[in-house]
Amino acid sequence: MSLSRPAKNQPENFEFNSSSLEAANQIISKYPKGKQQSAVMALLYIAQKQNNNWIPLAAMKYIGKFLDMPYIKVYEVATFYSMYNLAPVGKYFVQVCTTTPCMIRGAYKLVEACKEKISENESELSRDKSCSWMEVECLGACVNAPMLQINDDYYEDLDKEKTLKILDKILNGETPKPGSYRGRINNEPENNRKTLMDLKNA
Amino acid sequence: MLKDQDRIFQNLYNDLGPDLTSSQKRGDWINTKDLTSKGRDWIINEIKDSQLRGRGGAGFPTGLKWSFAPKEVGSRPHYLVINADESEPGTCKDRDILRFEPHKLIEGCLLTSYAVQAHVCYIYIRGEYFVDGQKLQAAIDEAYEKNLIGKNAAGTGWDLDIYIHYGAGAYICGEETALLESIEGKKGQPRLKPPFPALIGLYGCPTIINNVETIAVVPTILRRGGKWFASLGREKNTGTKIFCISGNVNNPCNVEEEMNIPLKELIEVHAGGVIGGWDNLQAVIPGGSSMPLIPKEKCETLTMDFDSLMAEKSGLGTAGIVVINKDQDIIKCMARIARFYKHESCGQCTPCREGSGWMWRMLERMAKGEASRDEIDMLEDVTNQIAGHTICAFGEGSSWPIQGLLRHFSKEIKKRNKFDPIINEQKDIPYLVDQHLLDKNA
Repeated sequence: MSLSRPAKNQPENFEFNSSSLEAANQIISKYPKGKQQSAVMALLYIAQKQNNNWIPLAAMKYIGKFLDMPYIKVYEVATFYSMYNLAPVGKYFVQVCTTTPCMIRGAYKLVEACKEKISENESELSRDKSCSWMEVECLGACVNAPMLQINDDYYEDLDKEKTLKILDKILNGETPKPGSYRGRINNEPENNRKTLMDLKNA
Repeated sequence: MLKDQDRIFQNLYNDLGPDLTSSQKRGDWINTKDLTSKGRDWIINEIKDSQLRGRGGAGFPTGLKWSFAPKEVGSRPHYLVINADESEPGTCKDRDILRFEPHKLIEGCLLTSYAVQAHVCYIYIRGEYFVDGQKLQAAIDEAYEKNLIGKNAAGTGWDLDIYIHYGAGAYICGEETALLESIEGKKGQPRLKPPFPALIGLYGCPTIINNVETIAVVPTILRRGGKWFASLGREKNTGTKIFCISGNVNNPCNVEEEMNIPLKELIEVHAGGVIGGWDNLQAVIPGGSSMPLIPKEKCETLTMDFDSLMAEKSGLGTAGIVVINKDQDIIKCMARIARFYKHESCGQCTPCREGSGWMWRMLERMAKGEASRDEIDMLEDVTNQIAGHTICAFGEGSSWPIQGLLRHFSKEIKKRNKFDPIINEQKDIPYLVDQHLLDKNA
């Protein structure tokens, strides 16, 4: 099981702003009447997005009232799933996949790069508080290993040098271009494609 | 090698574009109405004839699963749920379908919903695939706009709504009942079966749950006929499959190939060979991290399908092939997999919650050479105490890879860990892990 602890410093209040409110109501309409509890995961995402990438306890209470469900049920969901950040992670949240397929292609070099550029320990904010990094389990881009995720985007086919460049960019407040950093097209075997050649050359 | 015209996912590498117009050029949505007008029984029989087996890991016959749905809709509506919570280490096939072949999936949803009489379909996508989910959402919006789904979808007279539900980083939600719990807005802990979801599933209603790849091949099977699909591969292991080849190969890639293809051909031809040459191969995980690894000697002749891998005490799983060469420390590789399972255990059943941590810690020590000789047997014992003693198959999934390691590489572990139990030397450490040996040695 994974462990996630709420932050010590918590804001007193939380409320959806008007665009979050609209998004929340739209999501609730996806589910049958009376089953609005299904929307809790999506609403937690909305709260996380609105509140600078993390979810305060006040937001869980608010969502509980919003969906007419007990606070503890929202808390249960927010602590069970690993993608809800219960403490500040910064504007750029870097997640490095280190599960075996990435590990054997050098994922720990990427971890070294994060340690050098962002912070010595994982889940620790950088000096300017703009970003943090952590090791995560398989992100499902194994043929593009090693890779990392920054907020919603995947950065694939990396090595230490390329990672350092990417991290430099985010530390300067820029968003680097997602995708493969070896110039390959999606998941095709580089320079070795044997299938669907007519379509490639068309 | 499979002929290009027999490949179902023509746009696997996105040469043509995932949008509706390009998809229609590839044959999606052209005669959907003709297919449904042949009736539910025809669709289900055609899928049964094709011998399609679920692509999500367990390999359950799809036609049979569909036939479990009640024949008449009673007071409770039917649901179709698509499992796109792809998190098995080594697997990244569904992601390519979501982003490059979304219309195959959406059309498959319509045909399947018609066959199992569902009007609502939820697609459960893992939260990390947010960008790919947005691409699928764009395709869904496009389909709504062209009236391919919604009221009287594609002129079939059937109403269908498709919604995306994002997960939030829990591997266990790929287990079908945990996935249902998650859609219901609870933490993803698997339910006891029976009752099976086909009768009591989402919101207590009959629910059919299928993997993305399974549903995405349905339209092509119905168009070209179950017999065509069954002619590929071999008896009971038919059709094509997307293989993901990752790890220590020169050109890691996804490729669609015929079932029962030799493993060596996949690695040597499509993935450009093992780094350092075939002789540098150490072992292969054939079907995602849950499946026991296969040592090099057996890789020479191994063919990739459900039954032939079962005969090797492994499994095809999701067909995520992880190639490990001799430059890697095999014990460390497995210790990392054990850490994955320790992290992802949902905590519901004690053997899995506690055991997954034990297995990880023991393997970490074995990788460092700090374990005692008899711990190897103890580890084996722990894996047997977990497998088969949990609500869901996670227990098997977490202990099989370690059993595979013990089966094929126990020499390697013994070479590195040759201590006597510490308890024999220092009896006065009260917190020792192998405290219980005191009785035996007293």
